[in-house]
Amino acid sequence: MFKIVKKERLNPTVTKMVIDAPFVARKAEPGQFIIFRAFEDSERVPLTIADFDREAGTVTIIYQIVGGSTMELDTMEEGQELHDFVGPLGVATHTEGLRKVAVVGGGVGCAIALPVTKKLHEQGCEVHAIVGFRSKDLVILEDEFRAASDRLIMMTDDGSHGEKGVVTVPLEQLIQEGNQYDEVIAIGPLVMMKFVCAVTKKYGVKTVVSMNPIMIDGTGMCGGCRLTVGGETKFACVDGPDFDGHLVDFDEAMKRGAMYRDFEQHAREAHCNLMNKEVK
Amino acid sequence: MAVTRNMDPKKCPMPSQDPNIRNKNFDEVALGYTYEMAVNEAKRCLNCPKKPCQSACPVQIDIPAFIARVANEDMEGAYKVLSASSALPAVCGRVCPQETQCEGKCVRGIKGEPVGIGRLERFVADWHREHSDETPVVPEQNGHKVAIIGAGPSGLTAAGDLAKLGYKVTIYEALHLAGGVLVYGIPEFRLPKAIVQKEIDGLKAMGVDIETNMVIGKVLTIDELFEMGFEAVYIASGAGLPRFMGIPGESLKGVYSANEYLTRINLMKAYRKDSKTPIKHSHKVAVVGGGNVAMDAARSAKRLGAEEVYIVYRRGMAELPARKEEVEHAEEEGIIFKTLTNPVEVLGDENGMVCGMRCVEMELGEPDASGRRRPVVKEGSEFVLDVDTMIMSIGTSPNPLIRSTTPGLEANKHGCIVTNGDDGLTSREGVYAGGDAVTGAATVILAMGAGKHAAKAIDEYIKGKNA
Repeated sequence: MFKIVKKERLNPTVTKMVIDAPFVARKAEPGQFIIFRAFEDSERVPLTIADFDREAGTVTIIYQIVGGSTMELDTMEEGQELHDFVGPLGVATHTEGLRKVAVVGGGVGCAIALPVTKKLHEQGCEVHAIVGFRSKDLVILEDEFRAASDRLIMMTDDGSHGEKGVVTVPLEQLIQEGNQYDEVIAIGPLVMMKFVCAVTKKYGVKTVVSMNPIMIDGTGMCGGCRLTVGGETKFACVDGPDFDGHLVDFDEAMKRGAMYRDFEQHAREAHCNLMNKEVK
Repeated sequence: MAVTRNMDPKKCPMPSQDPNIRNKNFDEVALGYTYEMAVNEAKRCLNCPKKPCQSACPVQIDIPAFIARVANEDMEGAYKVLSASSALPAVCGRVCPQETQCEGKCVRGIKGEPVGIGRLERFVADWHREHSDETPVVPEQNGHKVAIIGAGPSGLTAAGDLAKLGYKVTIYEALHLAGGVLVYGIPEFRLPKAIVQKEIDGLKAMGVDIETNMVIGKVLTIDELFEMGFEAVYIASGAGLPRFMGIPGESLKGVYSANEYLTRINLMKAYRKDSKTPIKHSHKVAVVGGGNVAMDAARSAKRLGAEEVYIVYRRGMAELPARKEEVEHAEEEGIIFKTLTNPVEVLGDENGMVCGMRCVEMELGEPDASGRRRPVVKEGSEFVLDVDTMIMSIGTSPNPLIRSTTPGLEANKHGCIVTNGDDGLTSREGVYAGGDAVTGAATVILAMGAGKHAAKAIDEYIKGKNA
């Protein structure tokens, strides 16, 4: 069992949890993920690791409430224990030898973009961070990004905080200004990563994206997380979750990601109804 | 006590749920022999002195000896014979391919049907579970520690044998539940999970530790296991990633690997209305492949309410690699066999959902490397099968997690771990491997056999090292 050491609401739909998981904390690296089950009968849900503390033996996850399982997780409080927590899974983000990188984060994807930003910054790499949110009240981790980057560009869709617009605009501008990036690392919604890749491809800048397809075991057994990368079938759980963004078939990944949308919608409503009943 | 031999040429039929009832539920299909049936069937055994059945058993159960005890109504004695060789008799009695092993060599099978060895094994194991209140004896500890990777049939077998010898055994399991393929792969209607759990509880009672949620290769490496004081490691991590055919359309929504489909249903209980794990409720399903896993997937799809379920297999009925009983059960339940048929493309609608499968008919040509006749495409035979779901069940390739994090561990070009013959020793001292991780996808009983051999080899290795 894995105790929730700390729970903190970052914005109305995004929550941070620090979990006591010493074995995972010992090995975790930015870019890797865990799978949790809140209760004995819960679904297995993959989440990319947001932070870890090897000494304290804790792993931090940041999740957005999107369906029944994250809603269920969100009912749990500090001191309670998650039934299962397995990891670290997947391959860590490659950072070795990088000297100048643009990290592009979108929405809750920023939670996963932060650890790699920090790692790059700590190893002396020049990091430009571009983070995008829908509006000011959804902004998370701004101070942390500021501390871990040489330059931070904040974007919101409605202009309520930072600049108005999408993340690809400042990215293209930075490239045009002559910034020579060894790599762009993009983490966020599929559509954002797709458009980031469209921009960087134009300029021939290598781009790594972090994919989060539907997954069950996460250990290389079920094949549910398969993606087409450069025309080949790849498995996000063992080959990824990082892939060369210029080779990923995003349109296919978006379709596959919507496989259980109706079920999720239903599960979410059922959960809401249940909670409403409990309140009454 | 002398018994009157039963010379009936046929084996006692297995009482089963009616096909048209069972294909709508997930309860066990075969109901098991009654006491009288078991005793009567046991009396068909000739007690041959050469015991050809035993030599065909991967774990070398003394079959005539246990059957003689059943005939004499000494069920606990029969169980003792079984459990001396098999850690999971209730499982083997249900899932072994007896027709190619013990029963395939039974002398009674020459002029009639062989003795129902599997059915008797199941009866004895079930009888023991229901009637015995013996608490397992915790063997005296010998002070040596062994780590086992994977709590599937191979790992559980090795753990049982080593625990009996006094070793402190820890099994590391990647999933949240022990059992491996017995819990994620084989469906409830063929192998009730309560039975698997009971066998696992038995091992725990013997002092075996099972650590779930531990992906070795990620959370700990094999080298770290040695640093933790384990003197030997047995890798029984099972088969790996599902194979796909490489035909267009395999990434459409509604294309599953059998592993994913069965894991959702079995491990995550997606067949239950209250399950939090979704599964597609299909109308027309094509399962590609002809093995036991394909049969399990097809029969599960039928039980989830699909109106038409096809097995699409490129060779003929005679070449189906599945256990005979599974094929018969599938046919009885209304699964449609499209043999000598091969898919060439999966068709999708505007939403990216599967809406059909383009196939070609095949005919059998000359024998290939496997000795089976090679299927070749029949010219101009293309047709479209109307399906909304496709389940790929054409095998797996080994999981890379352990070999990629264990320096000096040799694997072959397919990625299977290389072992030095029967005892399972790998290219690393103290590291043994067996089951699907070595052979590629095979059967439960072969994995168990490998576990037995490895346990023996590990015992000899540790004793030799400490002598």
